[in-house]
Amino acid sequence: MRRQATVLHLDLDAFFAAVEQRDKPSLRGRPVVVGGLGARGVVSTASYEARAYGVRSAMRTAEARARCPHAAYLSGRFDAYRAASRIVMGRLREISPLVEPLSLDEAFVDLAAGDDTRDLDLDGLRALAEQVRADVAERTDGLTASVGIASSKLLAKIASELAKPDGLHVVTPGTELDVLAPLQVRAIPGVGPVTAERLRRLGVQTVADLRGVDLPDLTSLLGSAYGTSLHALARGEDHRPVVAERETKSLSVEDTFETDITDPRVLADVATMMSRRVSERLRGNGMSGRTVTLKIRHHDFETHTRSATLAGPTDDGRVIARTATGLLAEIDTSSGIRLLGVGVSGMADWVQDDLFVTDEDAPDEGLSDDRVSDDGRSDEADPDDGPDGRGPLPDADAGPETGGLPEAARDATTRTPPATLRSRPRWAPGADVVHAEHGAGWVWGSGLGRVTVRFETRHTGPGPVRTFDADDASLRPGTVEP
Amino acid sequence: MKFRIDRDALADAVAWTARSLPTRPTVPVLAGLMVESTDGGIALSGFDYETSARSTVDADVADEGRALVSGRLLADICKSLPGRPVDVSVDGTKVSVVCGSSRFSLQTMPVEDYPQLPAMPTASGTVSSDDFATAVAQAVAAAGRDDVLQLLTGVRIELEGSRISLLATDRFRASLRELTWFPESPDASATAVVPAKTLSDIAKSFTAGGELTMAVATGDQGPGLIGFEGSTASGTRRTTTRMLEGEFPKVRQLFAANALTVAYVDRQELIDAVRRVSLVAERNTPVRLTFSDGQVLLESGSGDDAQAQETLEARVDGDDIVVGFNPTFLLEGLQVMTEPAVHLSFTQASRPATLAGVQELGGEPNTSFRYLIMPMRLPG
Repeated sequence: MRRQATVLHLDLDAFFAAVEQRDKPSLRGRPVVVGGLGARGVVSTASYEARAYGVRSAMRTAEARARCPHAAYLSGRFDAYRAASRIVMGRLREISPLVEPLSLDEAFVDLAAGDDTRDLDLDGLRALAEQVRADVAERTDGLTASVGIASSKLLAKIASELAKPDGLHVVTPGTELDVLAPLQVRAIPGVGPVTAERLRRLGVQTVADLRGVDLPDLTSLLGSAYGTSLHALARGEDHRPVVAERETKSLSVEDTFETDITDPRVLADVATMMSRRVSERLRGNGMSGRTVTLKIRHHDFETHTRSATLAGPTDDGRVIARTATGLLAEIDTSSGIRLLGVGVSGMADWVQDDLFVTDEDAPDEGLSDDRVSDDGRSDEADPDDGPDGRGPLPDADAGPETGGLPEAARDATTRTPPATLRSRPRWAPGADVVHAEHGAGWVWGSGLGRVTVRFETRHTGPGPVRTFDADDASLRPGTVEP
Repeated sequence: MKFRIDRDALADAVAWTARSLPTRPTVPVLAGLMVESTDGGIALSGFDYETSARSTVDADVADEGRALVSGRLLADICKSLPGRPVDVSVDGTKVSVVCGSSRFSLQTMPVEDYPQLPAMPTASGTVSSDDFATAVAQAVAAAGRDDVLQLLTGVRIELEGSRISLLATDRFRASLRELTWFPESPDASATAVVPAKTLSDIAKSFTAGGELTMAVATGDQGPGLIGFEGSTASGTRRTTTRMLEGEFPKVRQLFAANALTVAYVDRQELIDAVRRVSLVAERNTPVRLTFSDGQVLLESGSGDDAQAQETLEARVDGDDIVVGFNPTFLLEGLQVMTEPAVHLSFTQASRPATLAGVQELGGEPNTSFRYLIMPMRLPG
């Protein structure tokens, strides 16, 4: 904790949904849900209009549809989100060289770095933050951000949460404990429903209650590392520095299943699909890796990792899949697997492709999609041993979780739509298209060989809807406007 | 058993036969070398259940018989004997080796425990032993060295009529070497995958000139066998080895692509330049080659670390191209070529490039040996 409030946390409001509403004028002011639209999909982001109906991130899409049947359900446009994110991160880097992005839509900024002459009194900070928020809205054509400023990462993040939506909250140094005390324990980043439930059984509801639990009791309940860190955070003790450009040492994807899986073929399908997601993320970050790691958690929470090192670095999902399924074949899965993860490490800047990888190795997409409960983890590379509780694959997990919620539901920062949806057939709901005659628009719906397009952009008013044959030659996938 | 034999003939034959004996045998008798004397000569044999070796040498045989002795020890002894005729005889459980005033007495091992050597396969043909040794040395350059993918540590031998093709790959590069041979039957057709190291050792050991007989037997039960037989001034040498089993990757079809860019570079200059430039290439980073009008620019390293550049004269026909190679893969291919220049053909920077030797810049490449490398690329 610092004596001055020099940690800024910026969080874009309902980011994916807000980008959709920006680019689709007919959806402005209406409930919008971005996420997995398949039978077992989960919600990535709900607009504030949808949240009024009780729709939340990480909720099953089926439940969201039941609560809010009239919302627009979209499968997400990552290129558009990335483009908007780049603009926002660029603005933050103008304030300070020390910017730590946590995902596409949030970042910490160290205001003590860089400009020595900066005015760090409360009025100066407020003016700075309001300028940033105004610039973000202007440069992104209307996206809103909430900003928290405090003396530590913990408080800055809590402050931006308190500021939501479209607000600013500065925690005056010295008042940190007063701010924390009345909050629910779940306000502490990393405390998910499982930990909250365990604490509730001890009679702990608020951070003030948590402060009353002594360290030995907390570590016996939550494990040594997690218990100790929570004990400190409850007291506002958070000395984590803002770290820019953390070097990525590994990159991984993992899922906890709704129910334990025993069928090795299903597990192989899941591992193959995860390998494809790892590959997409490697390519998105311009990286490759040489060591493939498979992580398995058995029904009794016993967790193992196995890894294999390739002859040359790869970013090819088929090579990763072949290696991961090979590792999986050596593991007895008959008693049930609750979590599976695929990751790569030994990062490199170059790829040595294989002469003999063919598309025959490509996964059966339909099969995988139906069987996987996707947890929608962050799209950013997971930096090794990051301070936010999301370590690399072989992590010492924060503690066994129970219940059917995806693991990442604990983490309030993960709002990425399932990657499984990115390789869907061409006319995914919400996708950008261009018609030779009618211009730019987006897929309103498709099926039965037809596709319905609404012709509007962020610069037009709500536009008309027209229906075409799905293979109409004048209809092409659209491009992203930054 | 008792015979007198020329010292050099014995030393050569023992060294050749003992070459493939296991250093840490699974059963003690496999460290042994079988010495048999028959009318007019002796036979030496060794076997480790994978590879067998048998050589015959002319000798004055006084007494027929056989004995099993430590192959390493016998080879070391014969190598250091003086240049005089050698007398070998069995005396009870000992073998005595006498040469001039040197005298050795070796413990024997039980002959009856020694396994039967496999028979030499029959379907066969002949090839020049020197040509074959050169061809094998080139083909094995692309063979895998990682035992995890055992099949790829082999060389695929295809016998089709009067053509022998040798193919190897480690999944990142591939080689295809073709040469002619003289099969006993004109419609001969057989394939075998032989461990590259074994094949290389065998081919090198038959370079004394003359013809090499090669024969393949597909196994009815278990792995097939390939045999090689050649002759020396004083006898014959024969070796068999077990094939590797499995479906070998389809290497030949990789060489089919039509080139969009063809470049010619002096081979030794290119080797030297790649060696120099790659000094700054960190592990997993390539040497980048930029082919443009009349030259090739070699670069390695990155802005954050050390960097190196060098330009060579080159003849470049077709589109300019920038391509990155693992420097080791590039060097190992260039080094086994014999022509003064190298012919490189490319389609795209992300597709395999094919190398072949050529006598002069702009000439017709020698396609009997082609070496293909999958380039490295930036992720994404």
